[in-house]
Amino acid sequence: MLRIENLVMQYKTGDQALKNVNLEVPNGQVMALIGPSGAGKSTLIRCVNRLVEPTSGNIHLGGIQLNKLGTRELRKARRRMGMIFQEYALVERLSVMENVLSGRLGYVGFWRSFFRKFPQKDIDEAFRLLERVGLDHMADKRADELSGGQRQRVGICRALIQDPELLLVDEPTASLDPKTSRQIMRLICELCEERHLAAIINIHDVLLAQMFARRIVGLQLGEIVYDGPPDGLTSDVLTQIYGEEDWEATIQKVEEEENGSEEQPAV
Amino acid sequence: MSTSRNWKRPPFIKNPTLRWGLVLGAAIYLALAFGTMEVNWSRVAEGATRGKRFIAAFFPPDFSSRLDSISDGIYESLWMTVTSTVIGIALSIPVGLGAARNLAYKPVYYFCRGILAVSRTFPEVILAIFFVKLFGFGPFAGFLALSVGTIGFYGKLLAEDIEDMDPVQAEAIKATGARWLQWLNYAVQPQVMPRMIGLGMYRLDINFRESAVVGIVGGGGIGATLLTSFDRYEFDSAAAILMIIIGIVMMVEYSSGYIRRWVQ
Amino acid sequence: MFVDDAHRQAADLAERMVPPKWSYMEKLWMPIWDTLNIATLGTALAIIMAFPIAFCAARNTTPSKIFVRPIALFIIVSSRSINSLIWALMLVTLIGPGVMAGVIAIGLRSIGFCAKLLYEAIEEIDPSQVEAITATGASGAQKLSYGIVPQILPAFAGISVFRWDINIRESTVLGLVGAGGIGLQLDASISTLAWTQVSMILLVILGTVIVSEWISAKIRHAII
Repeated sequence: MLRIENLVMQYKTGDQALKNVNLEVPNGQVMALIGPSGAGKSTLIRCVNRLVEPTSGNIHLGGIQLNKLGTRELRKARRRMGMIFQEYALVERLSVMENVLSGRLGYVGFWRSFFRKFPQKDIDEAFRLLERVGLDHMADKRADELSGGQRQRVGICRALIQDPELLLVDEPTASLDPKTSRQIMRLICELCEERHLAAIINIHDVLLAQMFARRIVGLQLGEIVYDGPPDGLTSDVLTQIYGEEDWEATIQKVEEEENGSEEQPAV
Repeated sequence: MSTSRNWKRPPFIKNPTLRWGLVLGAAIYLALAFGTMEVNWSRVAEGATRGKRFIAAFFPPDFSSRLDSISDGIYESLWMTVTSTVIGIALSIPVGLGAARNLAYKPVYYFCRGILAVSRTFPEVILAIFFVKLFGFGPFAGFLALSVGTIGFYGKLLAEDIEDMDPVQAEAIKATGARWLQWLNYAVQPQVMPRMIGLGMYRLDINFRESAVVGIVGGGGIGATLLTSFDRYEFDSAAAILMIIIGIVMMVEYSSGYIRRWVQ
Repeated sequence: MFVDDAHRQAADLAERMVPPKWSYMEKLWMPIWDTLNIATLGTALAIIMAFPIAFCAARNTTPSKIFVRPIALFIIVSSRSINSLIWALMLVTLIGPGVMAGVIAIGLRSIGFCAKLLYEAIEEIDPSQVEAITATGASGAQKLSYGIVPQILPAFAGISVFRWDINIRESTVLGLVGAGGIGLQLDASISTLAWTQVSMILLVILGTVIVSEWISAKIRHAII
């Protein structure tokens, strides 16, 4: 469904963030993108919805070639791609509900959004999503009153209310504690399954990636160096992605986690 | 699935009586304010032609025909600006020290706060009116007015800065057995100095702008020249003066920004 | 210069100013009202005009860095360099004396101040919030109203109140050049050497300034 061909991104300073990336994500697949900081993970997903303009290459979503779109068509195409951000990126001074509804901005006109007169079905959907993530009682709280985990749930709702086909997720757990991180990752994966969404999840935490994604892509210095199942991440592969380090402990820990995961309480 | 739920943006002010009261109050105020504003529309219409002439006077402004009085005015203004900033800041240091709660005894504190309050309340122009009455027309009156204004501005900020300083550093120097003046020099001065230099530059900037104004009430400087050219409807000279003022302010602002960055 | 006898003159003047002519107060209510209106309406005018200028001047929202931004910055600098009294002087020559000249003078002087502080606030916003709104497919106007405006609203309110407080002070003297407000009475009383009226007016100005300072402190406290 998403097809990236020969994607190159070169910054004005001359640094190549992405060197000839080729990637295909079929419908409904949750894919984790791992790699060290600076590998180009963020740049890659930002090229997909063109928050960053790629230098060359093609990106297709469904039948549309994203990198050729004009402003108006681009806005339409962005509605089909929900994005979840690293530091939540909620508009802090707006209420939870307004933040969720802001996901519909691509669908409603300016004055309607200005007076917060969203269609009733959007409001119903917003309440349904907030209920799903357990925050419907907080609808009128201001976003900056929420905890990190709660904010990220609102961020998820904002992305889902767009009714997307693809989720672009940028380090969703970077500023969360380990327990909340897992809850958020589990929530994202469950929602993707419920709604048959494809997702690209940027994540630097190898453990979390292995726990939740069935396909892992490793990025190093703007090039794909691994593409395969989580259990293919051997010590050698990790060394190739992240550099020399003792990886045995990490791999072992994952196996223990997976054995013990039955006892984990549900979110 | 849950039934339809309504949602409205929560209002900024929760209490509806207060909210509508404020809206109504604002509406009544605006109606009254505009209602009591007497506008002589025929005079305003007449102004349109003058306005056109005035704007036309900017292309090109006439720097030459009043060159003597313009350069005299600028010279006076610059003199006033520099002297009043220097003297004003020099005088505001003892007052500011006295007005810092953590430094001065209560009677001294109230006395100095009083000086600051009085010199801050009245705009420089009103001060200038009185100094003109006392010392006659000319830049000396303007210089005094700006100096007093500087004391109020600088003294207050200095006092506040000293009150906000880190007490631990101050205590540490005191513990060495330093004399009061040594203590000021080693504990207080280093803490407030960078910010105060910046504020001094800022005040220089303000004083130049104000120096253009005290002339209107007889305090000398470029303001007097400007007033004369307006009174004579010499808009092209007035345009030249305004452009010079804007130019000098830009220069002062730019260089003060540079100095502030350099100090910090 | 008459510096030698200044102290005698000062004593003389002080003597003539005491006691303030309390009965003059009844003629001052209207000028106070005018002064208040000049400050308030002038501030409102300035804010309305400063808003678009600030967006043109901020690096991250300007439509064009080479063309629009320098113009906006020039408007800001010129507005700030010229004192409200000089603006008033010009406007009185152009549209005649009165409160309206005062309102416009205060407005023109305050545009630069408000726009400068506002565009600095715009440049300091968190870009990721705007990015998130962009990613939903929002239009330019929607990005402004959802991503940027909520972030600068507190700064905006603070700046308005701050400038209003300054403007109360400035509008007390605009009457000296004929632009309405209590300065008219001050000018008249000084030129007729009615010193007890002058001291009364100064007391009133003092009172107004103190009250406005108190109000603005209260409002700022409530906002933040």
